[in-house]
Amino acid sequence: MRVLLQHPRRETEIKGPKTVGQLLKRLELLPEAVLVLRGDELITEDEALKEEDTIEIRPVISGG
Amino acid sequence: MPRHNTSVCGACLNDYVVEQVKRAIKDHTMFERDDRILVAVSGGKDSLSLWDILMRLGYDTAGLHIQQGIGDYSEESHRKTVAFAQSRGAELIVHSLKEEEGAGVLELADLTDRSPCSACGVMKRYNFNKIAREREFDVLATGHNLDDEASRLLGNVLRWQEDYLAKQSPALPATHEKFVKKVKPLYRLAEREITAYAVVNKIDYVIEECPMSVGSKMLVNKEVLNRLETDAPGTKQAFYFGFLERQKQTNLSLEDEKIQSCTRCGQPTTATICSYCRILEKVKTAP
Ligand SMILES: [Zn+2]
Repeated sequence: MRVLLQHPRRETEIKGPKTVGQLLKRLELLPEAVLVLRGDELITEDEALKEEDTIEIRPVISGG
Repeated sequence: MPRHNTSVCGACLNDYVVEQVKRAIKDHTMFERDDRILVAVSGGKDSLSLWDILMRLGYDTAGLHIQQGIGDYSEESHRKTVAFAQSRGAELIVHSLKEEEGAGVLELADLTDRSPCSACGVMKRYNFNKIAREREFDVLATGHNLDDEASRLLGNVLRWQEDYLAKQSPALPATHEKFVKKVKPLYRLAEREITAYAVVNKIDYVIEECPMSVGSKMLVNKEVLNRLETDAPGTKQAFYFGFLERQKQTNLSLEDEKIQSCTRCGQPTTATICSYCRILEKVKTAP
């Protein structure tokens, strides 16, 4: 699947994760520190993912 | 965060967020129905969401944006703040440090040997307060959320900065005739919940981080708290809300602090000459 990441903004291809939770684990991201979007939809850790999905990972933590 | 099966329910999220803000306003008597509220807006998710929620609740608000002069980041922040205000027909006050103070945050930091964040903090606090008073607002609202407050508390506790602990509150009364009351209506909401609110309501905010905040202590503290939160959900809230409960029961008082008028500008300060005037002095004498 295609994964869009921020800070810095970049795109990467990831194969294998079956759920949002697995994808975050693979990327070593804390669920509490990000939001996961598929299109306009905010999805939770249990959501199933498909290889053709495009997923955006939006960080929620700012340092200001 | 409210969810429906495996996706977040937008309508439920909005209800939840608005309820938490209403409760914050009520529990800390932040402002009344007819008060004029100045909202400090950076263009980030927290401040734009806060402004959005207060307008949704029907409050009389205006935004105040400080242009810091930190390159593209500040330009984009300004652009998105202006676009947000225009889309809602809201009043926005813009204060440019380069135009008003004669130098942006980076130059101010260079001239004074302060860190950019310290110089920025002084400029923001001073101008937020001064502009709020001059324009006769009743209260200044900032977008600080639960993560901001919990990580700040962690930092203060780790160094036992008791004077800061007394001041860390969701509502600070005006302790001097030239101070405006300051409130943080988002303090009950996690940063993740507010970001979700911004996404669900299609608020176009600056995703990019301030380039100066990379590696800041604040970010480290937030990450530590999020690790604890992942292990034991509710940790951040228990930590910060527990502090507020204990603060209520003790006599941590703000009145011990001696506030006087700055001999240069007349604004309230604990020193003879305020930090703002000491920074500006360096701008004036710069070659
Ligand atoms: Zn002064």
